[in-house]
Amino acid sequence: MLYAVVLFAPLLGAAIAGLFGRLIGDRGAQLVTCALMGVSALAATIGLSALGDPPTTVRLFTWAVVDGFVAEWAIRVDGLSIVMMFVVSVVSFLIHVYSIGYMAHDPGIPRFFSYLSFFTFAMLALVTSDNLIQLYFGWEGVGVASYLLIGYWYTRPQACAAAIKAFLVNRVGDFGLALGIAATYFVFDSVQFDVIFANAARLAETDIVVFGARFDTLTIIAVLLFIGAIGKSAQLPLHTWLPDAMEGPTPVSALIHAATMVTAGVFLVARFSPLFEYAPDALALVAFLGATTALFAASVGLVQNDIKRVIAYSTCSQLGYMFAAAGVGAYAAAIFHLFTHAFFKALMFLGAGSVIHALKDEQDLRRMGGIWRKLPLTYGAMWVGSLALVGFPGTAGFFSKDAIIEAAWVSEAAFARYAFLMLLLAAVLTAFYTGRLMFLAFHGRPRDPELAAHAHESPPVMTVPLGLLAIGAVLSGWLGYVMLDPSGGFWGGAIFTQADNRVLEEIETVPALIKWSPTLALALGLGLAWLFYVGAPALPDLLAQRLRPLYAFLLNKWYFDELYDALFVRPALRLADRFWRGVDLGVIDRFGPDGVALATIEAAKRAVRLQTGYLYHYAFAMLIGIVALLSWYLLLVRG
Amino acid sequence: MDASPLPVPLSAYLTLAAVLFTIGVFGIFLNRKNVIVILMSIELLLLAVNLNLVAFSAVLGDLAGQVFALFVLTVAAAEAAIGLAIVVVYFRNRGSIEVEDISVMRG
Repeated sequence: MLYAVVLFAPLLGAAIAGLFGRLIGDRGAQLVTCALMGVSALAATIGLSALGDPPTTVRLFTWAVVDGFVAEWAIRVDGLSIVMMFVVSVVSFLIHVYSIGYMAHDPGIPRFFSYLSFFTFAMLALVTSDNLIQLYFGWEGVGVASYLLIGYWYTRPQACAAAIKAFLVNRVGDFGLALGIAATYFVFDSVQFDVIFANAARLAETDIVVFGARFDTLTIIAVLLFIGAIGKSAQLPLHTWLPDAMEGPTPVSALIHAATMVTAGVFLVARFSPLFEYAPDALALVAFLGATTALFAASVGLVQNDIKRVIAYSTCSQLGYMFAAAGVGAYAAAIFHLFTHAFFKALMFLGAGSVIHALKDEQDLRRMGGIWRKLPLTYGAMWVGSLALVGFPGTAGFFSKDAIIEAAWVSEAAFARYAFLMLLLAAVLTAFYTGRLMFLAFHGRPRDPELAAHAHESPPVMTVPLGLLAIGAVLSGWLGYVMLDPSGGFWGGAIFTQADNRVLEEIETVPALIKWSPTLALALGLGLAWLFYVGAPALPDLLAQRLRPLYAFLLNKWYFDELYDALFVRPALRLADRFWRGVDLGVIDRFGPDGVALATIEAAKRAVRLQTGYLYHYAFAMLIGIVALLSWYLLLVRG
Repeated sequence: MDASPLPVPLSAYLTLAAVLFTIGVFGIFLNRKNVIVILMSIELLLLAVNLNLVAFSAVLGDLAGQVFALFVLTVAAAEAAIGLAIVVVYFRNRGSIEVEDISVMRG
């Protein structure tokens, strides 16, 4: 019951604000959605007490029964879903409250809050599902909600384009997930998690024939599910939608990046750990793509000028860390990082939103600077978030990120060493771009004195959530450290690892150099950032000029957008154009509506010639008519 | 028809009426020149019918036919008056009563 409240309170809020928004007004919609979200967060917090208990399932009702296929609505309560429910509802609640301040002058407040709550509900439905069909429902619900929110300012063409891009790129991944679900049902004859996980070991080492080629059954299912995760969690090569999603309002970015949406992919991999554990090839792919994305996104983040884009690429990179952790077998570390990341990334986004709010919607880092005295609360909160992100000792990121890097070091899985190098390098870059963001946004001389002069601290309704998230960004590391308990007792069996997977035990015994390597990377990165943007501010421009090709390469995000444009978008548009001209206009319209209309007009033109307008023609017609009628009467009727 | 009150056989009247009627009909739709000719042709049609009415009335000894002929004459006079008035007005407005020119109803 408690968990049903967690799940359905946001839905109720979304329905009330969405359907009766006009009736209850802006203030009413804010109150209802925030209150119900608060109830949900409170229930999820109380629900934490069930951690460590064996998994239970709350059956709601049966959705569909088709022959042997059964789809149910149920809430699965185990370690994984309890942690996810807590993260999602609490972070979402703080973002709801923050939005009251951030969106105060927006004309569509009920709509916005309704979407926010619906977004949260969809994510909760995803993480609490106990079968693949309900998970897919939540998965798609998250996709729809993200589309609505990214395109929230629908009068801006870039926002609409970004929304469509997010939706389409996600569809590519969703296609993989749908195939994965179909394959699972084909192999396991059920979509229930319990059945799938119980039978996974039995199916290891079996083969399945796909398009005439033989594949390992579990590997192909795991890879298909992972393709879904790639799309939703913005990993290479389906990451292009995430930075563009910055077109939405800042709270939406925070929600997408911290609580809902992008974490769904990591959750999926962790949820299916019983499957991935028996599919080492799929895990290798996860580790490789995760580690590559971590480095790639961090490198792009180095040179972006939009404050939100820097943070967006940072999310992309941190998600890469999580996938790399899962790929080397440390699922618990992945979820631990997801947990801490939710707090400090939400904090950074909301802090960035506060800066943007203070500077009259200016998002370009090159026009900021010198405002830290004017926004003391935002400044402090941002530093907490930044330090947590770079893994400063004592903050949340220190625990979770170090655990991942150590796990990559000790793991013997394929690509583990590659992942270790990539992640360590990415840690340097993370520290550098985070430092750059902070120094450019807050320090130095104001680059735009007029903007800086009018900068002001945000109202309490925005700064209080910042403060709470800042506390979370520090405490979540200390409190969540139990997740890494090698006995797995914390998860109550929700995360499965094979007996020979000792990654979590071994990370306790890594050499000191490895243990402190992320901290060294952080010191190096932050030091460089300080040198570049405070010590010698002329250096970045000089370097950008010297290394122009590299700079352009990074600034243009490795030309992924251009590549996809040339490879997929343009050919698709050309094909569509050909179909439009050839089939739609050339065949359907020509012989359909247009053809019928033309034939009617031609026939009418012929019929119209009978109407000459000359009296004698009409008279003649009458005469012929009379003669014909009389003849008929005389000859046939009377005769 | 020995007791016929007519000096000539009925068939002669009917033939004449038919000839007159036919001339009237052809006058209407062969004429391409003048609206007045059409009006005259209509009079001709009415007269042909009147001739039939009177002839049959005499043969059958029923006065109703002759009374009816008088009504027809009255109506014909009125019709001629209205028709001519229309023609006059039409000429004033359009400057022509050529039948060829009257084709406002052409589709």
